[in-house]
Amino acid sequence: MKEFGYQRALDVSGALALLDADPDARFLGGGTNLVDLMKTGVERPGRLVDVRELPLDRIETTEDGGLRIGATVSNSDLAAHPDVRRRYPALTQAVLAGASGQLRNMATVGGNLLQRTRCGYFADVTKPCNKRDPGSGCPAIKGEHHNHAILGASDHCVATHPSDLGVALTAFDAVVTYETADGPGELPLADFYLPVGDTPHLETALPQGALITGVVLPPAPVAANSRYRKVRERASYAFAIGSIAAALDVQDGVVREVRLAFGAVASRPWRARAAEAALLGGPVDAAAFAAAADAELAAARPLPHNGYKVTLMRNLVVAVLSELAEEAAR
Amino acid sequence: MATAPPSTYSAVTLNINGEKHALTVDHRTTLLDALRERLDMTGTKKGCDQGQCGACTVLVDKRRAVACLTLAVAAEGREITTIEGVAEGDQLHAVQQAFLDLDGYQCGYCTPGQICSAVAVIEEHAAGWPSAATEDVRPEAGPPPLTPEEIRERMSGNLCRCGAYVSIVQAVARAAEADAAARAAQAEQGTEHEGAAA
Amino acid sequence: MTTTTTGIRAVPAVGTAHTRVEGRDKVTGAARYAAEIPFTELAHGWLVLSTVTRGRVSSVEDGPVLDMPGVLAVLHHGNAPRVDTDYVGMLGMPPDPTIAVFQHDRVPHAGWPVALVVAETSEQAREAAEALVVHYEEETHDVTFAGEHPDAYSVPGPGGPAVTEKGDLEAELAASAVVLDAEYTTPEEHHNSMEPHAATALWDGGRLEVVDSNQGTIWVAAELASLFSLDPASVHVRSEHVGGGFGSKGVRAHQVAAVMAATILSRPVRVVMTRRQMFSLAGYRSPTTQRVRLGADAEGRLLALEHSCLSLTSTVHEFIESGAGVARVMYDAPAHHTANRVVRLDVPSPTFMRAPGEAPGSFALESALDELAEKLGIDPIELRTRNEPAVGPVSGLPFSTRNLPACFEEGARRFGWADRDPRPGVRREGRWLIGTGTAAASFFVGAMPSTAAATAEADGTFTVRINAADIGTGARTALTLVAADALEVPTDRVHVRIGDSDFGPAMIAGGSMGTRSWAWAVTAAAAELRERLALSDGIPPEGITVRSDTTAAVGALAQKERHSFGAQFAEVAVDVSTGEVRVRRMLGMFAAGRIINPLTARGQFTGGMIWGISMALHEEAVRDRNTGALYGADLAGYHVASNADVPLVEADWVDDSDPDDPVGIKGIGEIGIVGAAAAIANAVWHATGVRHRNLPIRPDRVITAGPHV
Repeated sequence: MKEFGYQRALDVSGALALLDADPDARFLGGGTNLVDLMKTGVERPGRLVDVRELPLDRIETTEDGGLRIGATVSNSDLAAHPDVRRRYPALTQAVLAGASGQLRNMATVGGNLLQRTRCGYFADVTKPCNKRDPGSGCPAIKGEHHNHAILGASDHCVATHPSDLGVALTAFDAVVTYETADGPGELPLADFYLPVGDTPHLETALPQGALITGVVLPPAPVAANSRYRKVRERASYAFAIGSIAAALDVQDGVVREVRLAFGAVASRPWRARAAEAALLGGPVDAAAFAAAADAELAAARPLPHNGYKVTLMRNLVVAVLSELAEEAAR
Repeated sequence: MATAPPSTYSAVTLNINGEKHALTVDHRTTLLDALRERLDMTGTKKGCDQGQCGACTVLVDKRRAVACLTLAVAAEGREITTIEGVAEGDQLHAVQQAFLDLDGYQCGYCTPGQICSAVAVIEEHAAGWPSAATEDVRPEAGPPPLTPEEIRERMSGNLCRCGAYVSIVQAVARAAEADAAARAAQAEQGTEHEGAAA
Repeated sequence: MTTTTTGIRAVPAVGTAHTRVEGRDKVTGAARYAAEIPFTELAHGWLVLSTVTRGRVSSVEDGPVLDMPGVLAVLHHGNAPRVDTDYVGMLGMPPDPTIAVFQHDRVPHAGWPVALVVAETSEQAREAAEALVVHYEEETHDVTFAGEHPDAYSVPGPGGPAVTEKGDLEAELAASAVVLDAEYTTPEEHHNSMEPHAATALWDGGRLEVVDSNQGTIWVAAELASLFSLDPASVHVRSEHVGGGFGSKGVRAHQVAAVMAATILSRPVRVVMTRRQMFSLAGYRSPTTQRVRLGADAEGRLLALEHSCLSLTSTVHEFIESGAGVARVMYDAPAHHTANRVVRLDVPSPTFMRAPGEAPGSFALESALDELAEKLGIDPIELRTRNEPAVGPVSGLPFSTRNLPACFEEGARRFGWADRDPRPGVRREGRWLIGTGTAAASFFVGAMPSTAAATAEADGTFTVRINAADIGTGARTALTLVAADALEVPTDRVHVRIGDSDFGPAMIAGGSMGTRSWAWAVTAAAAELRERLALSDGIPPEGITVRSDTTAAVGALAQKERHSFGAQFAEVAVDVSTGEVRVRRMLGMFAAGRIINPLTARGQFTGGMIWGISMALHEEAVRDRNTGALYGADLAGYHVASNADVPLVEADWVDDSDPDDPVGIKGIGEIGIVGAAAAIANAVWHATGVRHRNLPIRPDRVITAGPHV
């Protein structure tokens, strides 16, 4: 790890100014990902601007009945908040499925969205990686990739996004808010992550120098009947090999509203809009759920060793929607 | 625009176990290395140095955190509690006593982190926080009972390679029962109990 | 002069639960491990590992790094002191050349140590090590371990010959009513003790002082003396608290590098492995490919047994994972063939890892027994009972004790085996299919010569000095109980000091032989001390010290089949739609000699069983054949069981005191893992109807195997 400067920002404009003054500067949130990547040499900032103490640590109900979540709210506080648990239970479940109690206390909402992939080649600076070192190649495609992407990947990169929180936020149409020196802006989470294409090193649509200030969840009554399920290679403290955030509203035996997002299958949290479209207005049964999953997964391009993810996601869609349907019927 | 290279050292004052420690740190120095290599407080262990094992768990502002991913310079102004500060003088904390009595360890290297984590788990549970093992996370469902399954999930951020998990869970359960009894007695005395901010 | 008395204690300490004597230090953080002993003028060394898998170091650009802040030295093959590797170490093996760092320019595997950067602070050392440019001439490599390899060859293992053969295998298979022929694989597994390997070396008054984390200070001291051509008496190694070892904490690159740097710089140098470095420097368990062929008559009596095991080793050191050895102990048949073979690849050297041989070997053999029981329609326990051998199947020697049937009987009763419906795939609870499985376990029992010193102090206490290592086993406490009983005094009057090479030769913490070997020496010393005290009028201020040496007594042990045994039971839940497997409960019943301290012994057994859970479901180091390096070499990429993976795991034991041991001890450190993975895999079959012969039983493998129910 090379030497670096450190400054603690006390307000948003100060943070932006500090970052703007040094092209080699990065924001430091909880540090759970950035400090790790600095130790492995993947990230080499010349200056850290600590934004952990910015006054962005509130969770408030918006005028239209949604939620505004500050960027520095810890993952723990987000998961424990009564309004989140009541109105968006899948969001609480997603956060609690991630990392560990220690890391959730440290990690921020803003940082969570910006965390980098856990691809083992990306993390190993002695190996090629197009995301870390553009043009160097992707050893995963012909190497180890049993936990790599099946959707939306490219010949240049098959890494997945590791966030659990982001999957639930994607399902609930979250909007990321940010500040720049030129003023505030916002990006729907659906547009926040860039397609992989031939530029896997470009990950988000955030303007240069922007500071995430929060995430806004629009009101979503359907979210009250929601669930997050995560499958991983041990029962806890592991990244997903496949996860799903789902919400379901049933009326008169038909799907009135549905939300589906997948985790650990793409370079970003994957909103399953094709599946949602197939389900909307249709019957509430396992066959319909499976057909909807197939509609989404038709776009899957599995590699030799991750084809199981297609089966896994299909089964998760059926299982979780069935559980939610049962819940809705109560 | 050209900028002067930033200073890469800072003078900081760290508040550890109620005592202030003034030192100059290389910004790269983690809280873990500051404790172990600068302050000779070696009770906090380095297992992976990457946030993947929990051996370096300490309490920061009464909440558990991994010291290996906390920069020492960023810990200034925080109230840090390490394993050396968990006991009250010679009186072991209930969690420490339970680990000792129930053999909640083997090699002992993950133990300080397990104990700091367990102290926080008991607080988090008392504050009503759900976990990934909680069937219904909605507030209407009420706080989940601290079953062995809940303890296992909540303690999963602390790996124990010796495989002492069975007695770790028993030790946390015993300490949590004692803590719950103490809270109940306190409540009975009419003392208002304030849970941790949710 | 004061007088002392012994023989005043009514209840023996051995056999009663006793919390660890160092327990308070461990729960308060006061116990100091190797990297935690302060030294003035300490310098920090950081190892630089090869980024290529095979080739030569063509140059090391140490100049720019030497100009970096705080950098004191860069050691590499061009400037490092020479060491001597032409010796046979304490374990009867030549050293793994991996420890002879910086002696030549060859790179035989990814992660080979090519340099050590020493600096004033660890941050400076790390940055400089990362900045060091090393140029390589890269060559093609072969790291592929899959099935048969043309270069595989037979080789004797630590526990026996390469090949044993009796009877006509093909004829007996032809004559069998039922035949099973299956291949099983286990992956590369890493010890991953929670405490990384760490050593501080310094020269003090003409002596080399090393503060280390190891499984035997005399072992490390002797090897360092040999490597650096030093008088063994001038090397002093201490290792008081050890944060886990599991076979990996012997002589490694870090100690040797630290000694080199301390010698050159004339100041203390500490070298600590990073977690990632441990994956290429600390040793590991070789992957195995095993073939088991069983033939039985209609009643289940084995007519043919073949167990062959292929493992890998590095190109520079021969270590064999002798998985087929377990068949030489467990079951007999008129035709009985076993073979251990190895192939050399461009990989780091594997080494001993908890239950070497038996852990992977029992997975294959005990899975095969379960498959045979299924084919025969015989209960798996009954099948094993019918094949209990009277004598060692290969050796023909009598067993010292073999209480395996008692383990199965008591275990089955407690586990509720009698109510088990043998049909697979018929129990469902919600999304989970439920199944139970069992397997047998065994592990070699031995003792090695050791010395101990017992001192009657003038204040009425006793000090026992023995070069034992407590790597979490509870050895320090167990020896305290043994000494107290042997001295016939309460445990609080006995102080056991361990982990210091100056205490003299003793067995290492390994092979499940540590506590037995040490207790023998402690018992002998204590007995002699009691005799001395009986003849003395009092104790002089310096105390009365006697020494013991068990070389003759251990050497006089009769040739027998000496093993611990056990019966493993597991209940699992499997969601075949997501591939998740959860162990719901486990029970192990063991016949493993006299149990010294039930409190810590239970942890040894259950800890081993939890290693079995981890082996069955989680652990797998993935070597990328293109780069030749490990993929995801950290604790997020290499999964060991977390707390949430471990249900209520229970262990207990039947009476099994070893009649040939002065204390009745056998050894308990390793048998807990043996058979555990097989019991879980057998339970997964019982739950789903699908056999999983390739570990770990990961979700992707369960999904790919499909729902056979």
